[in-house]
Amino acid sequence: MKQSASLPRTILAPVLLGVLAVALWQLAVVALEIKPFVLPSPVSIATEFSSSVSSVWTSSLVTGANALIGLLIGAIVGIIAAIIATVLPITDELSAPLVAAASVIPIVALAPVLYTMFGADKETARQLVAALAVFIPVYLNTLRGLRQARPVHRDLMRAYGASSWQATRAVTLPGAVPFLFIGLRIASSLAVISALIGEYFGGPIGGLGKSITSAAASSNYSLAYAYVLGAIILGLVFYVVTLGLEKLVSPHRAPSTGP
Amino acid sequence: MTRTGSPLVRRVLLGVLGVVVLAAVWELYKALGPATGVMIGDLTVLPRTSDLAMPHVWDMVARLFRPVRSAGDDELMWQAVLEASFFSLGVAAVGWLVGVVVGMLLAIVMQRFRTAESALLPWIVLSQTVPLIAIAPLVKRWGSQIEIGEFSWENWMSVALIASYLAFFPVSIGALRGLESPDVNHVELMRTYSVGWWATLIRLRLPASVPYLLPALRLAAANAVIGTVVAEVSIGLRGGIGRMIVEYAAAAGGDPAKPWAPIFGAVVVGLLAAGVVALIGLALTRYRRGETPA
Amino acid sequence: MSTEPAASGHAVAQGQPVASARPAAVSVAGVGKVFASRKGTDVTALEAVDLTIAPGEFVSLIGPSGCGKSTLLRLIADLDTPTSGSIEVFGKTARQARIDQAYGIAFQQAGLLPWRTVRANIELPLELHKVGKADRAARSSELLALVGLSDFADKYPDQLSGGMQQRVAIARSLAESPGLLLMDEPFGALDEMTRERMQTELVRICAETGAAVVFVTHSIPEAVFLSNRVVVMSPRPGRIRDVIAVDLGRAEGRDEGLREADSFFEAVVAVRESLHGESAGAPAARGVDIR
Repeated sequence: MKQSASLPRTILAPVLLGVLAVALWQLAVVALEIKPFVLPSPVSIATEFSSSVSSVWTSSLVTGANALIGLLIGAIVGIIAAIIATVLPITDELSAPLVAAASVIPIVALAPVLYTMFGADKETARQLVAALAVFIPVYLNTLRGLRQARPVHRDLMRAYGASSWQATRAVTLPGAVPFLFIGLRIASSLAVISALIGEYFGGPIGGLGKSITSAAASSNYSLAYAYVLGAIILGLVFYVVTLGLEKLVSPHRAPSTGP
Repeated sequence: MTRTGSPLVRRVLLGVLGVVVLAAVWELYKALGPATGVMIGDLTVLPRTSDLAMPHVWDMVARLFRPVRSAGDDELMWQAVLEASFFSLGVAAVGWLVGVVVGMLLAIVMQRFRTAESALLPWIVLSQTVPLIAIAPLVKRWGSQIEIGEFSWENWMSVALIASYLAFFPVSIGALRGLESPDVNHVELMRTYSVGWWATLIRLRLPASVPYLLPALRLAAANAVIGTVVAEVSIGLRGGIGRMIVEYAAAAGGDPAKPWAPIFGAVVVGLLAAGVVALIGLALTRYRRGETPA
Repeated sequence: MSTEPAASGHAVAQGQPVASARPAAVSVAGVGKVFASRKGTDVTALEAVDLTIAPGEFVSLIGPSGCGKSTLLRLIADLDTPTSGSIEVFGKTARQARIDQAYGIAFQQAGLLPWRTVRANIELPLELHKVGKADRAARSSELLALVGLSDFADKYPDQLSGGMQQRVAIARSLAESPGLLLMDEPFGALDEMTRERMQTELVRICAETGAAVVFVTHSIPEAVFLSNRVVVMSPRPGRIRDVIAVDLGRAEGRDEGLREADSFFEAVVAVRESLHGESAGAPAARGVDIR
């Protein structure tokens, strides 16, 4: 195990790197006369962003709402499915190959047919794509969490003559919570990404994805990148909120590291 | 993912059974559900059951064996889909390879220099949480700028670039964790043998990182496929499955089963990509053994 | 402090090695090791340690937790540097000795690389030092026979028991025929029966190879069974309290029967008394410990 790096190193180094990268970027664009349709300068992106904050905000709300609905639906269904899979192992056996396959295929490929099924003027298709993308990591991680009760804890419950419901409440459920949050953290980023990508495949205008495409189409690349910045901020917000939720629920535990 | 004790044949059979169950649920809803779908207010919660919105499963399959354009003697749908699938798989593979190489190089640098790790790792972790794929529509024009002698940038390279961008993040994190995983005992053993950092890397850290690398490679493959499909749509790359998906979806009005064919193709691409990584895992079995005595 | 000469005529020694023309295997002079901690409370792991080990001699380091025995071993192995004093291995600095591969080492955890077969694990140091394939194979066959694992050459570590893994680790430490073996509680993770078996094995192997050994242990019977001399250490700060010569005959003669001999028990008592000897303020606790 490495000794923990000193505090200045942990904070200073990445911040310094970030500042350096942006500075170099600005320099390169000016010095090499890079055209804006290749890469606009950070300064022009920042100016566009500040002048279009309100439209970035509204677009973010649309995409963010889709992501949130997808996150909620996918997470709830994922948790319930994981519980069912633990209680009825046959469902798990049947679904395991399907879920494994689903975790490697591009779910967004379903977006166009979903638009046909649910209406190309509705946001439902994007929410469903997000929900599907969220379901998989939440289901898999919650399942893993429910399954990993340590044998010594199980023996302890048995020795105390606890009923299976008591054992579940005292040992299994609390033990599964950190795994649930690993899944949620992956899922929250996936929800935003999926909601965004869904917009590239069609559907109504108004979201960040559509805004990026239309800004690019009208050669306003600085504006397009401003929307990209908005998307990045949206992703960060979701991540931080999920992290905060985890801290709230399990304050005693350090945030679980990823899989 | 693999559960020991479940033979491959059984898992495949159960998988097929699962697909059958899925198809059965589809048909059941189509038969029993309301024609206008289930609506809550203005929102369609469950889809309409008409043949236009939800073609029969057997129609989807049958469509694969008819020519691409309803009139004329084109190649059959399944052939066109397979062609496009392999095209996309190839592009994704290039992206994945580049991503894996870059990711591993980054991980090695971060393991060697603690300052590099402190500086780079937070950005890498953060980048996994943000939708970098948002820039997909913006990379289309990059290629036209780059012309080195005989080499000219092609559109598919832009797609591969995006795929590699999405692939290298999980690889660098997984590889770093793997390179730092060896027990203190093992590292000190290498020290007593007075071998330098490079030999320790080759003989100890790289083999020890395999169990961490394989899941990362799998995730990178899935990301590369997604990146390829989305970039193909944004860039409009001819020959790829992404563009085919969007193109055929536009024709859904007259040919409802058509859009489903390239979806099957995309599934095949994803499964093949995961299959290749699984094969790599098989080849590296001996590096996945543990230390605990029998 | 020296031990009292027992009636059976045990040698009284103050850690004086047999005079020899060859340089001492290990020469520790005035060594101290202080671990600085961020909170300002420095830990003196070792203080003013002097010890000389002759070639071919088996010396055990024993003492309670915190007495610095493992730290001393690590200093000899150049896995750490002393804050004061000097250490010489076969006349060279510890660092040079490590670079010249003058010693072999075995830890409490066997530390076998799980992806290498038993044979490949034993060959690891040879591979790292560019020994040819045929020579490596010959040497590993020799060593496998020495530790009695010839039939397991192509097995992987997770297919072996704990005791067998340790035997592989010992074979590996002998791969380059070092004149010095450093061992940090190699049998600590094994059950008692296996442990005794391994001790007999080790004594035999050391007799055959003639290597000097520095052996860290928690177990008094183990130290007495294996060693020519037992170095008793005490904690806070870590230092040598006593060096007890154990004259139980040559290594070849040490077999299972020795464990039940009177001379063995007397040596154990001597070591135990030294271990439980006066600490500051405690009443003198002389006499046989009932445990």
